[in-house]
Amino acid sequence: MKKTVTLGALTVAALAAGAAGAATLDDVKARGELKCGVSTGLAGFSAPDANNVWQGFDVAYCRALAAAVLGDPMKVAFTQTTGQTRFTALASGEIDVLARNTTWTFSRDVDLKFEFVGVNYYDGQGFIAPKSLGVASAKELDGATVCIQTGTTTELNLADFFRANNISYEPVPIETNAEAQQQYLAGACDVYTTDASGLAATRATFETPADHVILPEIISKEPLGPLVRHGDNEWGDIARWTLNALIAAEEYGVTSANIAELSSAPTNNPEINRLLGTEGELGAMLGLDAEWAKRAIMAGGNYGEIFEKNIGEATPIGLSRGLNAQWTEGGLLYSPPFR
Amino acid sequence: MATISDPPERGFRLSQLIFDTRYRSMTIQVVAMILIGLLLSWLISNTIHNLEALGKDFDFGFLSQPAGYDINQQLIDYNNQMTHGRAALVGILNTLLVAVLGCALATVLGVVAGVLRLSNNWIVSRLTAVYVEGFRNVPLLLWIVLIFALMTESMPTPRDFRGEDGSSMILGESVAITNRGVYIPNVVFSRSLGGNEVAAPEPEAPAAAAATTNMAGTYGASRIATGGAGVQTGQTDSAATTGAAEGSGAEGGEVIPTSSGWDWLLILAVLIAGSIGAKVLGKRATRIQEATGKRPTTLPLQIASVLVPLIVVLVLLGASLDKPELGGFNFDGGVHLRNSLIALWLALSLYTGAFIAEIVRGGILAISKGQTEAAYALGLRPGTTMNLVILPQALRVIIPPLISQFLNLTKNSSLAIAVGYMDVRSTLGGITINQTGRELEGMLLLGLFYLVLSLLISGVMNVYNSSVKLKER
Amino acid sequence: MSDTHAQTVAYVRDTMLDQQDPPLNQTGAVKWIRENLFSGWLNILLTLLSLWVIYAALSHLLPWALRGIWDASNLSQCREIIAELYGPDKPAACWAVLAERWPQLIFGFYPKELYWRPILAFLIFLAAVAPVLFSSVPRKMLWVSALAPFVLFWLIWGGSLWGPIAAILGFVIGWAILTFAAPKIGNLISVILAIVVPVIYWLTLCGPLAGALASVVPLSLQTVPTQNMGGFMLATIIGVSGIVLSLPLGILLALGRQSDMFIINKFSVAFIEIIRGVPLIVWLFTASLLLNYFLPPGTNFDLMLRVIIMVTLFSAAYIAEVVRGGLAALPKGQYEAADALGLDYWKSMRLIILPQALKISIPGIVNTFIGLFKDTTLVVFIGLLDPIGLSNSIRATTDWNGVYWELFVFIGLCFFIFCFSMGRYSLFLEKKLRREHR
Repeated sequence: MKKTVTLGALTVAALAAGAAGAATLDDVKARGELKCGVSTGLAGFSAPDANNVWQGFDVAYCRALAAAVLGDPMKVAFTQTTGQTRFTALASGEIDVLARNTTWTFSRDVDLKFEFVGVNYYDGQGFIAPKSLGVASAKELDGATVCIQTGTTTELNLADFFRANNISYEPVPIETNAEAQQQYLAGACDVYTTDASGLAATRATFETPADHVILPEIISKEPLGPLVRHGDNEWGDIARWTLNALIAAEEYGVTSANIAELSSAPTNNPEINRLLGTEGELGAMLGLDAEWAKRAIMAGGNYGEIFEKNIGEATPIGLSRGLNAQWTEGGLLYSPPFR
Repeated sequence: MATISDPPERGFRLSQLIFDTRYRSMTIQVVAMILIGLLLSWLISNTIHNLEALGKDFDFGFLSQPAGYDINQQLIDYNNQMTHGRAALVGILNTLLVAVLGCALATVLGVVAGVLRLSNNWIVSRLTAVYVEGFRNVPLLLWIVLIFALMTESMPTPRDFRGEDGSSMILGESVAITNRGVYIPNVVFSRSLGGNEVAAPEPEAPAAAAATTNMAGTYGASRIATGGAGVQTGQTDSAATTGAAEGSGAEGGEVIPTSSGWDWLLILAVLIAGSIGAKVLGKRATRIQEATGKRPTTLPLQIASVLVPLIVVLVLLGASLDKPELGGFNFDGGVHLRNSLIALWLALSLYTGAFIAEIVRGGILAISKGQTEAAYALGLRPGTTMNLVILPQALRVIIPPLISQFLNLTKNSSLAIAVGYMDVRSTLGGITINQTGRELEGMLLLGLFYLVLSLLISGVMNVYNSSVKLKER
Repeated sequence: MSDTHAQTVAYVRDTMLDQQDPPLNQTGAVKWIRENLFSGWLNILLTLLSLWVIYAALSHLLPWALRGIWDASNLSQCREIIAELYGPDKPAACWAVLAERWPQLIFGFYPKELYWRPILAFLIFLAAVAPVLFSSVPRKMLWVSALAPFVLFWLIWGGSLWGPIAAILGFVIGWAILTFAAPKIGNLISVILAIVVPVIYWLTLCGPLAGALASVVPLSLQTVPTQNMGGFMLATIIGVSGIVLSLPLGILLALGRQSDMFIINKFSVAFIEIIRGVPLIVWLFTASLLLNYFLPPGTNFDLMLRVIIMVTLFSAAYIAEVVRGGLAALPKGQYEAADALGLDYWKSMRLIILPQALKISIPGIVNTFIGLFKDTTLVVFIGLLDPIGLSNSIRATTDWNGVYWELFVFIGLCFFIFCFSMGRYSLFLEKKLRREHR
C-alpha cells in the first residue's frame, strides 16, 4: 500500500516535470516556438488561409515577436481562444502571449492579473444599422433589438450606454462574429454593435456594403492590445518593446523595403541605429541579440505596413488609420524612445 | 487460491487480511478508501496552492455584486443593476423553462413519429424514418444552429409588417410571426391584484407622452416569453414606477392594464377549484348511476363549474387582451416568444423526439402481436386499439429509457449558448465567470445545479415508473 | 355426386375455368398504392401531407444545390458568377468554398504533404477494430488491435518510433511477470509486481531508453503539434481515444457498481451519477478552465490532451452503465457455474463473465461512441478546431465571410454518413446477438 502511495507521488513528480517556470523567455527559446493565443476568427485580425497559414493584424504581431525572440516569424503555434477561454489559457501558461483584440481594462490588468504591453489598435464600440432603418444616431435606438457578441466588454458598455441615455433595448447575445453578422443581415436585429474595426470589417464583406451605415456614436474606449501574464517582467518587456519597435519603425521611416540597407551600416539617425542594433546594446538588455528589432520589423514590415496589408484601406476591410495614425500625423501611436 | 480451502486457524494473523476471504474485502475497501482520500486531498491541496499562486481566493461574494449586463428573457424581475446571483437565478429559470417545454414537445413528437413509423402507409413511414435517422445521426449543435438560421432567414422582419403590401399578422391581427420571434397576445387586467398604475391624461402633452412611450419601450423590451404558463412580467414594476413618478399629479388618467403573478395564481386556484368541482359532480353521477342505473347528464354542469368561476374572476379582474402592435423597431405589447427560445426548443424537441420515436417504436414492437389481434377480434378500430390496448402496455417498456431522454434533453439545453438563449450556462457559467474571473466557484455552482436537477428528475420519474409498473403478485 | 346433380341442374360446368389475372386494382402497383397510401381518409391526408413536405423541401433544396458553383476563389466572385449565369436573386450554392477548403475541414491544419499519415492511420484503425467488431475476422488479428494504439499515435503525432516501442516494452514486462514469475512468487505478489514494475520502468527507464535507441538508429517521422489538428480528424481522435481509453475504467466502474463492498460500490455509484448528471459542455469547460487548478502548480499540457482526459472520464461513466447492462443480462447460472468451478473473483470475471458480458455490450458501446462522436462538436466552445470551429474560422477569412449553409450542409452530411453507418452496424449486431441467444 505504501508503495502505491510512493508511486502516486512519483507520478505527480513526473507530471510536475512539465512545469512552466517563471522565465517565459527561456521556455520559449527551449521550445523553439512561441505560443500565441488568437481569436477563433475575425476577418483581418486573425484567420487561417487555404494553405493553413494564419493571417491578420494580430497574427502579424505574434510573428514579429517570434522573429525577435526565435529568429523565425513562422515559429509560432497559434492557439485559438474564445472570449471565455482566453484569459484562462494565458493564466495557465498554455499560451505565452495573447493577441486577440482584447480590451485593456482596469480589472483585467489588476484583478485578473495580466500585463497589457501596449495598444496595437485604438478602437471603440460602435453600431451598424441598415440605411433603410432611417436611424442617424444611436440615441434614436429606443426599443431596438441589438445583436452583441457575448463574453466581451461590449455587453457591459451597451448596458451602460442605454442606461445612461435612459432608453431601452433588447439584447440578442451571439457567440461568434460570423454568427452575429448572419443574424444582423437577416434582420433578426436592428443594429449590430461591436468594436468599430470589427464593424468595418464585417460591413466590407456584405453583398451591398452601401446599404449599411455605421452610426456616429462610439460608446466606449477600446484600446486593444497584446497581453502577457503578471510577474514575468522580462518577458513583458520583450513583448512591449517588440510592439514599440514596430511603431517606432514607422515613425522613423524604417520599412521592410529599406531595412536591409539601413541596418547594413550605421545611419545618421542614432535612434534608427539603436533600434536596428547597429549602435548600442539594447538587444542585450532585453536578453536578446542586437538584431532583434530588425528581425521583428522584417517579419511583416513596420506597424504601418502591417496595418495596410491586413486591415488598411487597400484591403476589403478598408479601415482608415484614424486614431491609429502616428502621433506626428494626429493619431495616438506614440512609441517611447529607444535609448 | 489454495488458501481459500485451508481450514481457518485460530488467532488472527496479519496475513489473513490479504489471504482470508473473510477479511480481504475489508482490506480492499480500506485501501480503496485511503487511496480515494489521498487523491481528493491531493486535488484539494493542489487547488489551494494554485489559487494562492494566482492570488485568488475561494469566495462566493461575487454573487452579491452588481452584474452589469442585461438579459433579454426574464421570468422574474431583473435589470443590469441587480446582482450576479439574481442573474444566475434568471438563467436557472430560463433553463427550466426550455427543459420543461422541450420535454413536453419531444414526448408528443416522439410518440407521433414512433407510431407513424410503424404505419402501413409506406410514404409516411419512410418520411418518418428519414426524420428519425436524420436527427439521430447529426450533432445536436448543428441542428440548433441550422434551425436558428433557418428561422431568421425565412421569416419576415418586423419592418416587413409596415405598409400595405408587407407581411401581415395572423389570427385576427393578434399574432405576429417574425424572425425575431413570435409575438402573441397577452392577457392583462385593469384591476390587477398587483396594483395598476395610472397613466398621465392625454392633454399633458410632450413630457408625459415621452414618459409613456419610454415606459412602453421598457415594457416591450423586458417583455417575457412565457410558454403558455402565466408568469409574471419582468420589469413592469420599475417601468410602472417610472411612469408614475413622471406622471405624478396626473390623477384620474387612464388605468394601464397589467398583469402580475398574483392574478395568475388566483386564476390557477379558480381553475383547480373548478375542476375539483367537476370531478365531484362526476362522482355524484356515478353514484346515482350505480344506485338507479340511470346516469344523469352532467357534462354541461361540469363545464359550467369550470368556466363560470373563471369568467367571473376574469371579469372581476377586468381582463383584456393586450395585442402586440408594431411600435418603433419591434412589436410592442403582447408576449414575445424569442427566436432563440423557439429555435432551441424546436431543435431540442426534434432531436430528442427522434430518440423517443425509436423508444416508442421499440416499446410497441415489444407488445406481442396477439394483443393487437385480440383487440381486432373484439372489434376495436386500429386507432382505438393503439390508444386503449397497445400504448398503455408499451408505456411500461417505454418509460425507463424515456426518463434518460428527458435527462439528456435537460443537459443538452446547456447548448443554448449557440443561439444566445440566456440559460444558466450563459449567465452564471458564461458572462458572470467571464466578468468576475471566478471560474472555480462558478463552475462548481453550475455543476451542482445540473447535478441536483438531474437527480431530481430521475427521482421523480422513478417514483412514477414504479407506480405504473406491473403489480406482480 | 356430380352425376346425381347432373340430372337435377340445368347447367353444370365440367371443365375448370382458365386462370385469370386478378382485377387491375387488386394487383401490382395499383393495389400497393391503394393499400399503402390511400386506404382511408386519414391515410390519404397523411400521404398528401407527406408528398407536400417532400415537394416543399426538394423544391427549395435541389435548385439551390444543383446550380451550385464549384469554381470560384472567393464569395464575391462566386456571387458574380451566379448573377451572370442565373440572373440576380436566384438561389445557388457556393460549393467553391468546399472545393477550396475541404482538406481543412477534414484534416485541420495538418501539413498537406503529410496527409497520407492520418489516412494510413485511419486504415490501420479500421483493421484494428475489425476483429473486435466482426467475429468472422481471424482472431490472430487481435494482435493488430493491441499494437494499433501505439502505431496510430506515432503516425498521427510523429516523432521517434522508439518512444512507442519503449512504452510497449513496459506492457511486455508486466505480461512477462504475470506469466513467468507468478508460479514462483504467488498470484497476489505477481499482480502487484506486474503493475508496479512497468510503472517504475515508464517513469525512469522508458524515456532515456527511447532517447538512447533514437540516437543509435534514428527512426522518426516529422512531429505534428496538436494545434495543427482539426476538423473531422480531431473529432475522430477525441471520439476514438475517449472510447478506447474509457473501456478499462468503465469496466472497473461497472464491476464496482455491482460489487458487494460498500465503499467501492458507493464510490462507483457516486462517480457515475456525478459524471452523468452534468452536461458534457460543463465538463469541457472544466477541462479548459479548471483542470489546471487541480494539478500541481505549473503543470501544463495541451488542451486536446485535457479534453481527451475529460472525455475519457465522461464516457467511462456511460460505458460503465452499458457494461452493467451486459453483466445484468447474463444468466445467474454463469456466475454460479464460475463459483462452482472454484474460480476466484478476478478469474471468474476474466474467463467467464466479462467475455460474455462485453460481447453483448458491443452494440451499446458502439452507440455510446456515436453519441460521443457527435458530442465532439462541443469542443468548439473551448476553442478547439472541430469541423464547426473550422467553419467559423473559414467564415472569418475575408474571402469566405458570409458563406453559411454550404459548410454546414457538408459537415452535417459527413456526420450523417459516419454515424448512420455505425448505427446500422450496431443494429446488425443486436439482431445477430438476439439470434444467437435464441
